[in-house]
Amino acid sequence: MEDTIAAISTALGGAISMIRVSGSKAIEKVNNVFKSKDLTKEASHTVHYGYIMDKDEIIDEVLITIMKAPKTYTVEDVVEINCHGGITTTTKILQILLENNIRLAQPGEFTKRAFLNGRIDLIKAESVMDLINVKTQEARKMAINNLKGQVSDKIKELREMLVKILSNIEVNIDYPEYEDIETITTKEIIPQLKHIEKEIKILIENSQKGQLLKDGIKTLIIGKPNVGKSSILNKFLQEEKAIVTDIAGTTRDFVEGTINLNGILLNIIDTAGIRKTKDVVEKIGVDKALSLIDEANLILVVLNGNESLTLEDEFILDKTKNTKSIVVVNKNDLKTKINKTKFKDRIIVDINTKTLDGIKPLEQKITELFQFEKIKGPETNYLSNIRQISLLKEALVSLKNADKGIADKQPIDMVELDIKQSWEKLGEIIGATYNDELLDNLFSKFCVGK
Amino acid sequence: MNYDIIVVGGGHAGCEASLASARLGHKTLLVTGNIKNIADMPCNPSIGGPAKGIVVREIDALGGEMAKTIDSSVLQIKMLNTGKGPAVRALRAQADKIEYPKKMLKTLQNQENLEILENLVDDLIIENNKIKGVKLNNNKTIFAKAVILTTGTYLSSTILVGDTKTSSGPHGEKNELYLSNNLKKLGFKIIRLKTGTPPRIAKESIDFSKTKLETGDMKQIYTFSFNNKVQYDIKKQIPCYLVYTNAKTHEIINKNLTKSSMYGGYATGVGPRYCPSIEDKVVRFKDKPRHQLFLEPESIHYDDIYLQGFSTSMPYDVQEEMVHSITGLEKAKIKKYAYAIEYDAIDPTQLKQSLETKIIEGLFTAGQINGTSGYEEAAGQGLIAGINASLKIENKDPLILKRSDAYIGVLIDDLVTKGIKDPYRLLTSRAEYRLLLRHDNADLRLREYGYKIGLISKKQFEKLEEKQQDIQKTTTILKQTKITPTEKNNQILTELKTTPLKTAISLYDFIKRPEISIYDVKQFCEISNDQEVLEEVEINIKYEGYIKKAMKEVDKMLKLENKKIPLDIDYNQIKNLASEAKQKLQQIRPTSIGQATRISGVNPADITVLTIYLKKRGATSE
Repeated sequence: MEDTIAAISTALGGAISMIRVSGSKAIEKVNNVFKSKDLTKEASHTVHYGYIMDKDEIIDEVLITIMKAPKTYTVEDVVEINCHGGITTTTKILQILLENNIRLAQPGEFTKRAFLNGRIDLIKAESVMDLINVKTQEARKMAINNLKGQVSDKIKELREMLVKILSNIEVNIDYPEYEDIETITTKEIIPQLKHIEKEIKILIENSQKGQLLKDGIKTLIIGKPNVGKSSILNKFLQEEKAIVTDIAGTTRDFVEGTINLNGILLNIIDTAGIRKTKDVVEKIGVDKALSLIDEANLILVVLNGNESLTLEDEFILDKTKNTKSIVVVNKNDLKTKINKTKFKDRIIVDINTKTLDGIKPLEQKITELFQFEKIKGPETNYLSNIRQISLLKEALVSLKNADKGIADKQPIDMVELDIKQSWEKLGEIIGATYNDELLDNLFSKFCVGK
Repeated sequence: MNYDIIVVGGGHAGCEASLASARLGHKTLLVTGNIKNIADMPCNPSIGGPAKGIVVREIDALGGEMAKTIDSSVLQIKMLNTGKGPAVRALRAQADKIEYPKKMLKTLQNQENLEILENLVDDLIIENNKIKGVKLNNNKTIFAKAVILTTGTYLSSTILVGDTKTSSGPHGEKNELYLSNNLKKLGFKIIRLKTGTPPRIAKESIDFSKTKLETGDMKQIYTFSFNNKVQYDIKKQIPCYLVYTNAKTHEIINKNLTKSSMYGGYATGVGPRYCPSIEDKVVRFKDKPRHQLFLEPESIHYDDIYLQGFSTSMPYDVQEEMVHSITGLEKAKIKKYAYAIEYDAIDPTQLKQSLETKIIEGLFTAGQINGTSGYEEAAGQGLIAGINASLKIENKDPLILKRSDAYIGVLIDDLVTKGIKDPYRLLTSRAEYRLLLRHDNADLRLREYGYKIGLISKKQFEKLEEKQQDIQKTTTILKQTKITPTEKNNQILTELKTTPLKTAISLYDFIKRPEISIYDVKQFCEISNDQEVLEEVEINIKYEGYIKKAMKEVDKMLKLENKKIPLDIDYNQIKNLASEAKQKLQQIRPTSIGQATRISGVNPADITVLTIYLKKRGATSE
C-alpha cells in the first residue's frame, strides 16, 4: 500500500531537473544509490551533496534534500534529487531508482497522497493540478490564491450564512411553541437568500472569467473570404503562421494560435471564409466555422470597410447577433464604403491591418470586454475548474428553487429543503460532503510528480 | 426457570420489548423493580411532539403499543406545526400519568406468553460471550435465549438536590446497584449521563387569572393509532397554562448558582443540550429577559401541576424562592421538588444496528441505557429490540430500518454510528429525508414490515392494502378528469378565490394551486371520501416536486449503503487512514460505506482510502 514512488517533477530539458521520491522507504532506497554519507542517519529537512551511482559508475553529481514524515508534501518521507537536467541523465537516475524497487508514480499520485493523508483539502488538490498547467502568470497567481484557501474561506462564509437560516427554520419546527423564539417566515428569508445568491453569482462570474484566464479565451475570427481575417490573426501572432493570399478561399483549415494579451490568453481560431461554395473541402470548413459560433467565448466578425455589406456579410452578422462579439471593420487607405447603421447596436472597432498599430483598438476593446483589469486585481478570489464552477451553479439553482418555492407559497420547511441542498452543494466544493466519483475523476487528471 | 426472552426493566422500552417478544410467540419474562411503576412517566406528562409524535405513529404502524395506550389516556391533544408543511406536522398529547401506566399494565398482564416478576437483576449469565440468562438480587438465576436490558435511569442512579446526593431511582425507587459494574467487567464502556425534572405545584395554589390559557385542538379530533377510534370528548380536554420567569427569578438563580448540583460541582454526568435546566437557560442566555414555562396537568385523578421548562437541581429553599417569583405562582405550594438524576448508560457505539450488543451475543439494550432521552425514543428502541431478539432466536435476519424508512431508523443509526455526548433527543433536523418520514404516511411506510414480522394482523394489513388501492384510484381519477373553462366552471373557480381557467387542465394539476384543496375538487369528480386517503393524495400532488427530489437523494444514499464492508476488516492494517478514523472505524465497525460516511471524525479522504482498500482487497480475493 504505502509503497515508495518516484517521478521526474520538472519539465525535461531544463538546466536542472528534480526527481521526487515519496514513501516509507524513500530515504533508505535513495541511500542505496547515493555515495557520500549515510542519508538514513541525517536529520530531516537537510540538503546533501554527493553522487548517484549505478553500481560503481558515477551517473551524476547531485544535491539531495531529505524530508521526513509528517512535515512533507505527501506526509510521507520524501527525498528530492536535484540533478543535471539532460534528458539522458535524468531518465537514467529515475531508471536506477526504479531498479531499486521504487515504483513509478501514477499521474497525480504525489498530490493524491497529500490529499489522502489529509494535508490538503479538495480545492487545494485541484489548485495544485491547475498550478501544473498554468500558462500565464495571472492564472498562476489565481492558482496560488486558491491554494491558500481564500476561496475555501469565501465558501465557508456563504455556508455559515445558509446554516444560520437553516437553524432558525429548524428551531421553529422542533420547538414550535416557544413564543420568544422568532418565527422565521418565508418573507423574512427572501432578502437573505437574495444576498447569498448575489454573492454566489459574483463568484460564478469571476470564476468563469477565471476559467478563461486559465484556459484562454476561445476567439473565433469569422467573415466572408478575403476581408483580412488571416491578416488580423497574423497581426496578433506577429508571425506568418496563417497563410495569407489575395485569392479567396485559401484558409480552409482552422489555424490556431495563442497570444498573450496583457497577461490574458487568447486562443485564436481563424476560419475559412463564409461563402457559398461547391468545393467540398472548403464547404466543410465553412460549416465548421458556423458550428464554432456556439462554442466561442468571443467572435470577431470581420467586414471589409471598403465595400458595402454583401448578403454574405449580413448572413454572418445575423448568425452572430446574440453572441459576445465584436464587429471588426477592416479598412485600408481606400475610401470607406460600408454602411454601419445596419449593425449600429453591435460593438464596432475600426482597424487597419496594413499599419503597425492597426489592431491596437481591437486589443483594447477585447481587454475592456472581459474586464481584465478587474480579474487581474488583488481579489483573485474565485474557483477555476469546471467541477467547482458547476457545483457553484447548482448551489445557485437550489437557491433559485427556494425563491420559486416562496413565490409559489410553499411552506417554509419545504423551501428549507432547497436551501439545505444549496448548503450541501457548497460543502461539496470544499470537500465537506463525500462524493464517490469525484475523487476518481479528480486524481486521474493530475500529471506526474506534481 | 427457563424463558425465551427476558426483559429487564418495565419502562416504555421494556413494555414494547416484552409485548413484541410475547406477541411473536416467545415465552417472555419482564423483570421490574416495582410493578406499580410499570410504564411510569417520571418526567413530563406528555407524549409526542415534533419528530417524537411521528415515532409514536411508527410504533403503531409496526405493531407496538404506545399509540393505543396514549389514545386512551389523553388529557389534551394538539397537532403541532399546522402552519408549516405536512412533513413536520406532529401530534402531541398531554397524558394522564395515572391512566397511561394503568392501561399499559393491563395490556401486559393480559398478554399471552408474558409473565411479570418484581425483582432486580444484579448480573448476567454469560458463556463464551453468549447470553444465557440473568442473576437476580436474591441470587436466583433465570435462563433465557436472549436478554433485553431496558433499565432506564435506574443503573447506579443518584438523585441530586443542591449539595445532597442520594443513591436512588426516580421518586426514591430502588435502583440497580450492581448491574452497571458487571457490564463494565464484561468490557462495556459505561458513560454517566444526567437529566432533571421540574417541581410539581398544587393546582389550588396557582392564580390562573394571571396566566395564559393553552387549549388542545378544539376543531379536529386526532388519534396516534391507525386503528383507534377516538375515546375522548374533544370538549372535555384539560387546558395547560403559560407563565414566564422574570428578572427577579433570574436574580435568585444567579445569586444561588453555586448551590445547584450542576454549578456547585456536585454533578458528574452530562446533561441534555436539548432540554436544559433553568439554571442553564439563565446562564447561557443572559440577554433573554424571560423564559416561557407551561403549567401542565398530570392527571384527572390528582391535582399536581407540572411546571414545564423549570427543571433544576437547586436546594429546596431556593426552589421555593424561584417558584414564588413567577407571576401567578406567588403563593404556589410545591408538592414535589425538582431534582436532577445521574445514571449510567452504555456507549451506544457498542451496539449493532439491530440493538444487539457487539460484545455479548443475544444481549440487547434499548432506551435510556443507550443514551437517549424521551419516552418515545425509548419505546421505539424497545419495540425494535423486542422484534430483533425474537428474530435472533428464530435464526432470522434482524429488522433494520433505514434512515429513509423511519425516524426510528434515524435514531438507531445515529446512536450506533455517531455515538452520543449528551442524552439524545430526536429532532426533525436529524432526518435528512423528513419529507418522506411523515405523520400521515407512517402506515404506508412501515405496516408491511410489521405484517411480515407478525405483529400486524392480516386484517390490519388488508385495510392498508385497501387504502393503497384507494390512493392509487383517486390519483388516477384526478389525472384523467379535466376541468374546462366553461362559464359555469369559472364561476365556481371565482367563488373558490382562484384564477379562472383559459384552457382545460386536469384536476391533478389544479390541486397544485396553493389556494386549492383536494376537497375543492370533489364537486368535479367522484373520489374517495376517506379523509386519510384524500390527505395522502393531496400531499403527493402538492409536494410532488419536493418528494421526487427527496427520493433521488435517498437513491444516492442507498447506493453507498449497498457498498458493504466485511466485518472482519482490521482497520489498523489500512495504513493511509488517519489515526482518528482508524480508531473510530475499528470501534464502530460500519457495515456499509454509507454508514462509514456518517461517523464523526472519518473524513472524505478516509472514505476514499477505505474504498480503495476494499477495491484492492476485492481484487485480490477474486
